[in-house]
Amino acid sequence: MSPSSKVWNLRPGGRHGLSSKETRDPIGYAVAALSRLAQSDVLDRLGLRKQAERGVFTATRTGFRTATAASRQFARAGTSGAAGTRPAPAAGAGVFDLTPTEDEQMLVDVVTELADEVLRPAAAEADETCTAPEAVLKAGLEVGLPILGVPESLGGISEERSAVAGTLVAEALARGDLGLAVASLAPGSVATALGLWGTDAQQQTYLPAFTGDAVPAAAIALTEPTVLFDPLAPTTTAERTDDGFVLNGVKSAVPRGADAELFVVGARLDGAPVLFLVDSSTPGLEVVADPAMGVRAAGLTRLVLTDVALPSDAVLGASDGSTYAECVRLARLAWCALAVGTGQAVLDYVTPYVKERQAFGEPVAHRQSVAFMVANIAIELQAMRLLTWKAAARAAAGKDFAREVALARRLCAEKGMQIGNDGVQLLGGHGYVKEHPVERWYRDLRAIGVMEGAVLV
Amino acid sequence: MAINLDDPKKFRPLVGQAHQVAMNMLRPISRKYDKAEHAYPQELDMLAAMIDGLSESGASEGAGAAGVRREESAGTDQRVANGANLASVMSIAEMCWGDVGLLLSMPRQGLGNSAIASVANEEQAARFAGVWAGMAITEPGTGSDSANITTTAVLDGDEYVLNGEKIFVTSGDRCDAVVVWATLDRDLGRAAIKSFVVPKGTPGMRVERLEHKLGIKASDTATIIFDDCRVPTENLLGSPEIDVKQGFAGAMATFDNTRPLVASMAVGCAKAALDLTRDLLEQAGVEIDYDRPALTQSAAAAKFLQMEADWEAAYLLMLQAAWMADNRQPNSLEASMAKAKAGRVGSDITLSCVELAGSVGYSEAELLEKWARDSKILDIFEGTQQIQQLIVARRVLGLTSTELK
Repeated sequence: MSPSSKVWNLRPGGRHGLSSKETRDPIGYAVAALSRLAQSDVLDRLGLRKQAERGVFTATRTGFRTATAASRQFARAGTSGAAGTRPAPAAGAGVFDLTPTEDEQMLVDVVTELADEVLRPAAAEADETCTAPEAVLKAGLEVGLPILGVPESLGGISEERSAVAGTLVAEALARGDLGLAVASLAPGSVATALGLWGTDAQQQTYLPAFTGDAVPAAAIALTEPTVLFDPLAPTTTAERTDDGFVLNGVKSAVPRGADAELFVVGARLDGAPVLFLVDSSTPGLEVVADPAMGVRAAGLTRLVLTDVALPSDAVLGASDGSTYAECVRLARLAWCALAVGTGQAVLDYVTPYVKERQAFGEPVAHRQSVAFMVANIAIELQAMRLLTWKAAARAAAGKDFAREVALARRLCAEKGMQIGNDGVQLLGGHGYVKEHPVERWYRDLRAIGVMEGAVLV
Repeated sequence: MAINLDDPKKFRPLVGQAHQVAMNMLRPISRKYDKAEHAYPQELDMLAAMIDGLSESGASEGAGAAGVRREESAGTDQRVANGANLASVMSIAEMCWGDVGLLLSMPRQGLGNSAIASVANEEQAARFAGVWAGMAITEPGTGSDSANITTTAVLDGDEYVLNGEKIFVTSGDRCDAVVVWATLDRDLGRAAIKSFVVPKGTPGMRVERLEHKLGIKASDTATIIFDDCRVPTENLLGSPEIDVKQGFAGAMATFDNTRPLVASMAVGCAKAALDLTRDLLEQAGVEIDYDRPALTQSAAAAKFLQMEADWEAAYLLMLQAAWMADNRQPNSLEASMAKAKAGRVGSDITLSCVELAGSVGYSEAELLEKWARDSKILDIFEGTQQIQQLIVARRVLGLTSTELK
């Protein structure tokens, strides 16, 4: 037997249902030895079990104290380097916390009012006409939506990475209406992207427009009209030329494409997906209305690119695919937040309805088949919210959040659609007609899991 | 403070230790006691000694069955707390990643200990410290409708006289005492139901038989008969007053505290299945990619992503319920949400992992089939899936138990 195979035998994986990824640390080896001892009948034959147990009690009490003390020292060293003068543990201290900051809560309160009083009343007609009314968009500008994710030094309002604030705002807006929320958030998403990845020249060129009074429509165009679309492998191509790039391809589900003055377009360059800044005045661009099942108020369009020539500084962020991947994740995060807000709208609407609607001489809410549907909406909705917040907090802290956003998206796509489906079902035939908003939420929630890009936080 | 849902940094050492204990102490004997039903896992005495040692050193952060006690004195400062409730759910999840049945058999970590911690007054908490307590609620004719229990407690001088039959008492044979639910007056309904600590060996109390079960076979499940069994009045937990307005609230408060613990058991067991299945799938050439759409990956990878998302949902609902308890927020709704979600995804995940692994998963050569049997009870005891949905529905809809039956 070779030495390496002996080492392999000491690894815990491969037995007892353990993944081969498991490793033992010193405590683990000690416990494994203890386990052998505990299973052994030698102790019993010698009548030593009680004494042995007493010994283990004493030994582990001191042994584990050392482990704990070492970890605490480790933790203290970490925090003092980062922010030594803080009197109490802050977000960076690794405390599990579900409380928004005061600033975030104020923002949510303002946006909730906007959603209730401006978005919701305008939602049905905007859905019908596939247009976001000017008054709604203006109200969004007034509360500062476009500059939410732009750093203060660049004329925005964010002091730090704003993924959590952006998530809470998207959730609150979508509680009013998802389509109008997308229309309202699209320009700010481009501004946030410029703040995150733009060069100094790109920021100085584009951001003043977003921080000024006349904010342009703008959108992130990642989706393409192909079955089984994988956003990481766009078929839109970017070819290098002597003085820049030439783009060809078709993007879909682009919000407010008809009005947009600036696009962020995903295309494949040298085998990697890359973001490009494209002015709407560039020759070779064509916008085609592409109304869909839902999200209609956002004025969805296709963007056709035919030999679109771009300057050499049109690439936004890194060209190795990393910026693009982060953009995809942040956009999925935004769509999760939109799903949570819309799901909350469904729950808020069906709750009083099933208590008022009478059947067989009592409110339908008194039937378990109805009440349990509402319970499950509440359970899955809260789960969607927690997964989304976790991903957002990790993004804001600059941690890897690929796993968290993937799981949030998976849950929001599946359970969000279930909530939309149940919302209609709970109203029965009344849910199917446009007198009630649940049929719109049903259509809007189907977008989750389908849409890529368009908005981000 | 600010929103952060990552695992509390301060519990990393505790969770790491629990993981090592689960891997190196529980897993090696997991199958052994699945096979040897009703045999006492003697190895647990050593482990229990170790856990007592940990708890004495303060390294366990107050985790464990008794960690659900809500101290009245604490909570004077306004900082967000990550305390004993979070430590308990996280460490119990790790131990159940090792083996649910063995965790349930852990001396001095019974659900009765949680009940005592939740409801006992200071004197009782001190008197019953270190006692291993089981929990006896269910009767042959009464499961989820625990307001209907027929076991009676009649005051006679300074003693209560208990009469009745209790089934499904976890650790009922091995524990030192049983927390028994009995009614002081059947005509007064749920308000008259009180819990009593009955030490083993009390005359009139006898273990009738042990059940043969689908899973958690390491844990003994007893039928206990009370036949003119007399306990001192000071063994009644909480107030002896029959407060019709408060109703069931006293005894039921236990469940707000234990449901996150049962959720954590389901979370831990499901994690075991997910960890092994991910590894087996990778060995079979299936890679799980978080960025690519699930539908462009293999069906196995897509199923895995769905299961992991459901698992994360249960995990975060569990943390939420415990965090609220740590911060003195009422969490009855969130505790039931956590148990409902964890219970059902626990079954779905463990059963689906068997399916994904094929006959490898179905065979006793692996532990996947065992976890699929063990997990089922977690969607049943301490309130079934349906009871949790009822609780959530009543709270969300604002309906009483007479309106929504």
